[in-house]
Amino acid sequence: MARAISPRKKMMWTVLAWFFGLLIFFPILWTFLTSFKAEAVAIADPPVWFFFDWTTENYTAVLGRSNYPLALMNSIVIAVGSTLLGIIIAVPAAWAMAFVPGRRTKDVLMWMLSTKMLPAVGVLYPLVLIAKYFNVMDSRILLVVILMLINLPIIVWMLYTYFREIPGEILEAARMDGASLRNEIIYVLTPMAVPGIASTILLNIILAWNEAFWTIILTTVSAAPLTKFISSFSAPEGLFYAKLSAASIMAIAPILVMGWFSQKQLVRGLTFGAVK
Amino acid sequence: MNMKTTILGTTVGFGLLVGLASAAMAEEITIATVNNGDMVRMQKLAPQWEQETGNTINWVVLEENVLRQNVTTDISTGGGQYDIMTIGTYEAPIWGKNGWLTSLEDGMSDDWNKDDLLPAIAGGLTVDGTLYAAPFYGESSMVMYRKDLMEKAGLEMPEAPTWDFIREAAQKMTDRDADINGICARGKAGWGENMAFLTAMSNSFGARWFDMDWKPQFDSEEWKNTIDFYLGMMEESGPAGAANNGFNENLTLFQQGKCGMWIDATVAASFVTNPTDSTVADQVGFALAPDNGLGKRGNWLWAWSLAIPSSSKKVDVSKDFISWATGQSYTELVAGEEGWANVPPGTRKSLYENQEYLDAAPFAKMTLDSINSADPQNPSVQEVPYTGVQFVAIPEFAGIGTQVGQQFSDALAGNQTAEQALENAQSITSEEMEAAGY
Amino acid sequence: MATEHSKASARIMIAPAVFVLLVWMLVPLCMTLYFSFADYRPLRATFDAWIGFDNYVSFLTSDSFISSVIVTLQMVAGILVITIGGGIALALLLDQPMFGQGIVRILVIAPFFVMPTVSALVWKNMFFNADNGLFSYLWKFFGAQPYDFLSQAPLFSIIVIVAWQWLPFSTLILLTAVQSLSSEQLEAAEMDGAPGYSRFWYIILPHLSRAITVVILIQTIFLLSIFAEIFVTTNGAFGTRTLTYLVYQRVLESQNIGLGSAGGIVAVILANIVAIFLMRIVGKNLDT
Repeated sequence: MARAISPRKKMMWTVLAWFFGLLIFFPILWTFLTSFKAEAVAIADPPVWFFFDWTTENYTAVLGRSNYPLALMNSIVIAVGSTLLGIIIAVPAAWAMAFVPGRRTKDVLMWMLSTKMLPAVGVLYPLVLIAKYFNVMDSRILLVVILMLINLPIIVWMLYTYFREIPGEILEAARMDGASLRNEIIYVLTPMAVPGIASTILLNIILAWNEAFWTIILTTVSAAPLTKFISSFSAPEGLFYAKLSAASIMAIAPILVMGWFSQKQLVRGLTFGAVK
Repeated sequence: MNMKTTILGTTVGFGLLVGLASAAMAEEITIATVNNGDMVRMQKLAPQWEQETGNTINWVVLEENVLRQNVTTDISTGGGQYDIMTIGTYEAPIWGKNGWLTSLEDGMSDDWNKDDLLPAIAGGLTVDGTLYAAPFYGESSMVMYRKDLMEKAGLEMPEAPTWDFIREAAQKMTDRDADINGICARGKAGWGENMAFLTAMSNSFGARWFDMDWKPQFDSEEWKNTIDFYLGMMEESGPAGAANNGFNENLTLFQQGKCGMWIDATVAASFVTNPTDSTVADQVGFALAPDNGLGKRGNWLWAWSLAIPSSSKKVDVSKDFISWATGQSYTELVAGEEGWANVPPGTRKSLYENQEYLDAAPFAKMTLDSINSADPQNPSVQEVPYTGVQFVAIPEFAGIGTQVGQQFSDALAGNQTAEQALENAQSITSEEMEAAGY
Repeated sequence: MATEHSKASARIMIAPAVFVLLVWMLVPLCMTLYFSFADYRPLRATFDAWIGFDNYVSFLTSDSFISSVIVTLQMVAGILVITIGGGIALALLLDQPMFGQGIVRILVIAPFFVMPTVSALVWKNMFFNADNGLFSYLWKFFGAQPYDFLSQAPLFSIIVIVAWQWLPFSTLILLTAVQSLSSEQLEAAEMDGAPGYSRFWYIILPHLSRAITVVILIQTIFLLSIFAEIFVTTNGAFGTRTLTYLVYQRVLESQNIGLGSAGGIVAVILANIVAIFLMRIVGKNLDT
């Protein structure tokens, strides 16, 4: 910020940035506006922007037709649960890879990432049969485990890049002082790694929240999250834009608000070791 | 004293027993259904059944594609997630034959009158004399048109129009500056979307999917005529995004007054004549699906039906619900709550003998005539080895139909010619049929 | 220094992650492999455990296979080009001094939180629809004929939808990288009178190369398995059938589990080839 900036230049950048920012945000804004319109107004020609009879009837209709609280609860449990479970498994692994790298560490890491390329549909039947065998169809625990497995490689990688930036000397010093491995992790490493772990958690909650294949196929009622909730409204008979918008806003609002409030933490973690 | 205790004890015991019995009776069933208007209404009215019986329902209401994806996976793996599934005339016979569905021949409630079902509809849900699904609403297809625009074009719609008349009328009604398209028809790819329309249409052009040796017939003159006519008519008078328009999109267009004619499911009649949703409600006329003078009309036959997978452990309660939802008393319930025009159509003879219904639904006669004139056993002018009007009742059809539908959708979008589309359709179908062992 | 002892405990610590992923890879994969050699068509009640390589032969020799691979590559490449190009531009823009930077950043990252089904539905119905979509009103406003995006430019439309979702991701990673660029370097270049584009070409871009590689790697992993966006918009019509979607059609629409499983195995092999290829580049870039 040492450079002197002329106010005119700053104004220009502001206008430009706001223009593109609003452009990118526009689809969400439009969905939001549409969700408060009557169905006929939603497809009015020419489109109406802000001056129409704002109504909440779409939200009432959507709430009346489906069990939104249950779907929301399921989304939260599945997203948070799978992320935390993933963190518990990934932290030791990433720690070991970062501080005690072996010859094959990199290969193991890359192999983990490559498991993410397994196309879901290809293993659909096997997985449904396994779930049926263990009698866990339509259960939260099944989705928690599956989404954990899907995102585990990303979690390990993010944590690994994070831990690697922690200077090894600190650990050496702690070890000299006779700290046990457990203490080393709890008292030395964890405080330094908290920001990294926090952003990893945030990113993975988002990824799990938005997963829309397994969450739809493997659930019916009791574990059905918001991704399934949305498909009740996607193409019904007759006009449906306003109701679809209302359901969409209800499905994305919680995660959007969470994301906005925690964007600083999230952004810090999104580097994937890309910045030295 | 002794006597009293005994009586008391008996009474208490009996009361307990009754209590236990009714507690055991109260069950929870899971129903998968499609998010069509009539089903959403069923969901809305279902609490009445829940209160009467003490049972509860878990609803899984899904868009058609997602529903199919879910129930097909469930039934073919014996997943047992659902007690009642909403399926169509295509699935019912195939699944029934595989032993995946519970017979509805017995155990239905006494006032559920099986003999009252329309024979054409019940026939499509029956395998070897056993009914495997109860029709919730039935439909054929017909022409819906705007009387005002027809008049403006100086034409009069006959009760049984020909394809040539439709094409000519469409051309005259079209006014693209005023956003009016003479004809709206399905273009969106899918065996249940554009292929339902095109297969039914091809029947009236004398075409067929397979000859008696199960050889695909897309290289025939009849199919070429069908597709040429369809593409030509849609190009002259169809809406801009025709290749992406399915039932819902066309319904919206018609309700907005952007279609002169629309050939689609008879069930749409109550939507386009409903003044709260439709801007043209008082101007809609109906006619039979067009023909080509060959003795077959281009109308299909379909019934959304409720079936119980054999994996369900709550067969009795499920049968009770199906009896309620597809019985005559449900019809009266809907009529009382929402008016006669909104009752689920096309399943029962008694409905079409009910004067109140006939008065409230101007489309009733046309619907019944269309349903009765569809013949799943002999769908085409020529002899065929399969049954089904707008589909071929073999397990492979859904996959083939959708891929073939994509070819015609692509042709409608102008991305390939009719010849290319037919050639591709022929090779896709041949390949799949060979793989299936025909 | 890593002792034998700490090496041993490191192995123990990695073990759970490796183990669960191995199980996850191997169990369904082995079952898929088993099915891929079987004639398994539930709707026909057919199960014939061994038919050799028939499924592979018919999957690989059908016309749809090659075209689906090409479509997949085109789609991934298109999305990468847009997200990286747009991401660099946005990152540089957001790095400039301005009023309300925090709010702009919030606006830009918002699409990342939208679930794929929702964004596909919104774009398809409310923007791309030829009769009631916003774009068609815009077209009509300028006196043009409404354009049917999903049938006339289907691949492009899907690329737009997916790129919209992933643009925030690349922007954020690139922004962090841009911010770490020392301003002295830039100023020195400015002093030397280096014109804007050469500053970009010789200083900024090399600095970003590492971040760009990471974006390519992560996004490719996710993009190879795009499903919801195609399922919702075109259902695979108009030449938008990717390999993933082709496998889906075989498994769920045709209910030919054997053929679909063979397709799944082929997809896994191809994805791993892409992965190895990517890892090579990335590995090189990340080590240094």
